[in-house]
Amino acid sequence: MRISFISILFILFSQSVYSAAKIEHWQTSLGSSVFFVQTKGLPMVDIRVVFDAGSARDEYQYGVASLTSALLDTGAGEWSADDIAQRFESVGAQFGAGVSRDMAWLSLRSLTEEKLLNKALNTMQVILTSPSFNEADFQREKNRTLAGLKHREESPGALAGMEFYKVLYKGHPYAHPASGVIETVSGFSVEDLRTFYQQYYVAKNAKVVIVGDLNKQQAMNIAQSLLSDLQLGEKAESLPEVNLTKKGLNKHIKFPSTQTHVFAGLVGMHRKDEDYMNLYVGNHILGGSGLVSQLFAEVREKRGLAYSAYSYFSPLLRKGPFTMGLQTRNDQTTQAVKVMQNTLKDFVAKGPTEQDLIAAKKNITGGFAMRFDTNSKLTSYVSMIGFYQLPLDYLDTFQKRVEAVTVESIKDAFSRRVRPEMINTITVGGA
Amino acid sequence: MIFRVIMFALICLPINAYSSNVKVHQRVFDNGLKVLVKEDHRSPVVVSQIWYKVGSSYEPGGITGVSHMLEHMMFKGTEKYPKGEFSRIIAENGGRENAFTGRDYTAYFQTMEKSRLEVSFKLEADRMRGLSLNAGELKKELEVVTEERRMRTDDKPRSKMQEHFMAMAFSNSPYKNPVIGWPSDIANYKVDDLQAWYELWYAPNNATLVVVGDIKADDVFALAEKYFAGIKTSDIKPIKPQAEILQHGIRKTTIKLPAKLPYLIMGYKVPVLNSIENDTDAYALEVLAGILDGGSSARLASRLVRGKQIAVSAGAGYNMMSRLPDLFMLDATPAEGQTVFDMEYALKEQVYDLKSELVSVDELQRVKAQVLASAVYERDSNFYQAMQLGMLETVGIGWEKVDEYVEKVNQITAEQVRDVARKYLLEDQLNIAYLDPQPIRQQKQNSKVAGGRHAH
Repeated sequence: MRISFISILFILFSQSVYSAAKIEHWQTSLGSSVFFVQTKGLPMVDIRVVFDAGSARDEYQYGVASLTSALLDTGAGEWSADDIAQRFESVGAQFGAGVSRDMAWLSLRSLTEEKLLNKALNTMQVILTSPSFNEADFQREKNRTLAGLKHREESPGALAGMEFYKVLYKGHPYAHPASGVIETVSGFSVEDLRTFYQQYYVAKNAKVVIVGDLNKQQAMNIAQSLLSDLQLGEKAESLPEVNLTKKGLNKHIKFPSTQTHVFAGLVGMHRKDEDYMNLYVGNHILGGSGLVSQLFAEVREKRGLAYSAYSYFSPLLRKGPFTMGLQTRNDQTTQAVKVMQNTLKDFVAKGPTEQDLIAAKKNITGGFAMRFDTNSKLTSYVSMIGFYQLPLDYLDTFQKRVEAVTVESIKDAFSRRVRPEMINTITVGGA
Repeated sequence: MIFRVIMFALICLPINAYSSNVKVHQRVFDNGLKVLVKEDHRSPVVVSQIWYKVGSSYEPGGITGVSHMLEHMMFKGTEKYPKGEFSRIIAENGGRENAFTGRDYTAYFQTMEKSRLEVSFKLEADRMRGLSLNAGELKKELEVVTEERRMRTDDKPRSKMQEHFMAMAFSNSPYKNPVIGWPSDIANYKVDDLQAWYELWYAPNNATLVVVGDIKADDVFALAEKYFAGIKTSDIKPIKPQAEILQHGIRKTTIKLPAKLPYLIMGYKVPVLNSIENDTDAYALEVLAGILDGGSSARLASRLVRGKQIAVSAGAGYNMMSRLPDLFMLDATPAEGQTVFDMEYALKEQVYDLKSELVSVDELQRVKAQVLASAVYERDSNFYQAMQLGMLETVGIGWEKVDEYVEKVNQITAEQVRDVARKYLLEDQLNIAYLDPQPIRQQKQNSKVAGGRHAH
């Protein structure tokens, strides 16, 4: 009764270089881009429809993208929220919708058994193309969102994160939290959501990702029928560039917690940044590699100052933030922040050692296959490649680009892009 | 016809799922180490997890959280591989690693490219018996764990409430203690406490090694034999049962903490797979949890969040895989204008409905369809598959049960769901905690230009 799954996903070229997923790409009749990867072995499929409709499109209605997304499965076509939920769950399908700063997405995971998949797809298609935006559903979801926003105020970490973006992105659409703020959300009307939907949930602004045990013809049919009833619309306008601040700020918010949460950083890089690989590999050494990073060693292993200490770049359509973070007992906040600052200063001034870099490269390339060893992870990667219009061989060339990084190129990139005097430090806690 | 499609799905899916089920290979070495291997050749990767039968439910008073503390110390080096070497070597081999501690287990894992499995075995076998514990490292790591506790529990009203709730609900079961330990216990661990705990529990006859990925079972057994078969056993006595005394009447507590939203937790004392002869009751409780909270079409979302709109969120949960009898949990956040007492009433009303009326055919079908589909989705992840085997084995249920799950759920009837509601969801076995939010005093201070406090 044993079936050995034969992988067509990964073809072995040599000991450590894998051909990553083969991404097939085409457009629907309305011009939406489709990205497809066939995976065999499990009778399931993951589908994502992605729009350039994240919170960066909120304008002054902070949270409107998020609430629009939340309304989608609460009523569509002739169906109520209950009908929709029952249709998906009766066939074991999992539906989701959400937004980030850059994108809005609808996701579906289903078995590929035809009758089950068709029912799920049919439901998703109606949600995509004819959401109802009923007043009653809107009021309820708005109230639930407001409760969520209130709940957020219990968390010093969440408050620090929000303040961090506010300071870095003053005046830019990335400045506000994707879920919005109480002041704006409480003023929304259902019409605001409908308008947002009509402008951004359109064929020209959509991309489809399909990963699973289907053939190309099936994938083509699915993408075509999912989006065929969407309005053609217009592609979203390009987002404004981020203005870099001149000098870093320190800001403290008092909060009755036993720990102080620290977020420190600056405006970093975008998805297609020319310094991407240097900053990515450099950060891996500085604070991106979990238990072996420099920040982890300095803050936690040597001094026991925090449970977690890390740094990362969040590359977006425009320059996303470079963030360093930790949480520590209130009375040792100054010490912990200093350790963090010094670790960064040292790194920027001296760069990594040759040994550090070799270890980082070994870690990144040696673990490369683990970046997309499940359909879930692969779906995320392909969505990123599709949405940010990265080359289709992005994964294939990834290791080569990692290998090309040198100590000097990291040092050069960090000294230009992560200048310690530009770091903004936000602290929230009882310190 | 929709109905026919559904019936088709119900009847045919499990068979499909089974026919493609991959066999689990088992070998037990003379020193008691059990090795489980599941081949999954979809990706050239492998996950290796070592599970120890020890966790917070094994801990006596005074050293609660010591299993978790020891988990941290396991990264502090051995004679052969001094501090930092373990993680450095794993990283250099492209691996990802970490560990987790629960009430009933402590586990360590590495995910590697398939050719590097030996690296993981070599290191993990070495620290099974060879850990070097010292007071200086403990002192520092104790601070880390204290920070972890602040982050996870002390500064999170709902987590803190959960801790108080469990401490009230259980009288003498070790489930009354938090996994991370009570603050004064954490502050007073001594190296000797950890040394004794380590020597007692970290041994091949108390461990299960689970490997899932693109490997051949025989190769894994050979490799495991090389590194683990020679490790000495520990003299492990059966753990005392610490069976929870019978509860005689409802228990309630109010937790007053700085918070923004009120919140309610309820828990009924219920049996688990491990604690009952006839496992039907456990599977029926599992299905009952699905009727209440198995997706957005389930009763709590459909009736309380959407229908009556009295809750902004509501949930139910049952962990049939606990080692000891546990709680059937319910929770709810009231909508504006509603109170925690309204939530209590509404949740009890749902329990009453389950006792008085049979759940509908459609509801039951949806729960089962989701379980069937999930059994396929779960196999997308090697890590998850390894977790299932390791956990079942470690809590004493036995990994073999993993294959029964879908079928047993599928056999549960509406009558059985009603019967377990009547049998176990009893007012006298109920525990309730109310979160009573207190004002958060918060103020913004002026920002200043950086550079005022230079380092060095």
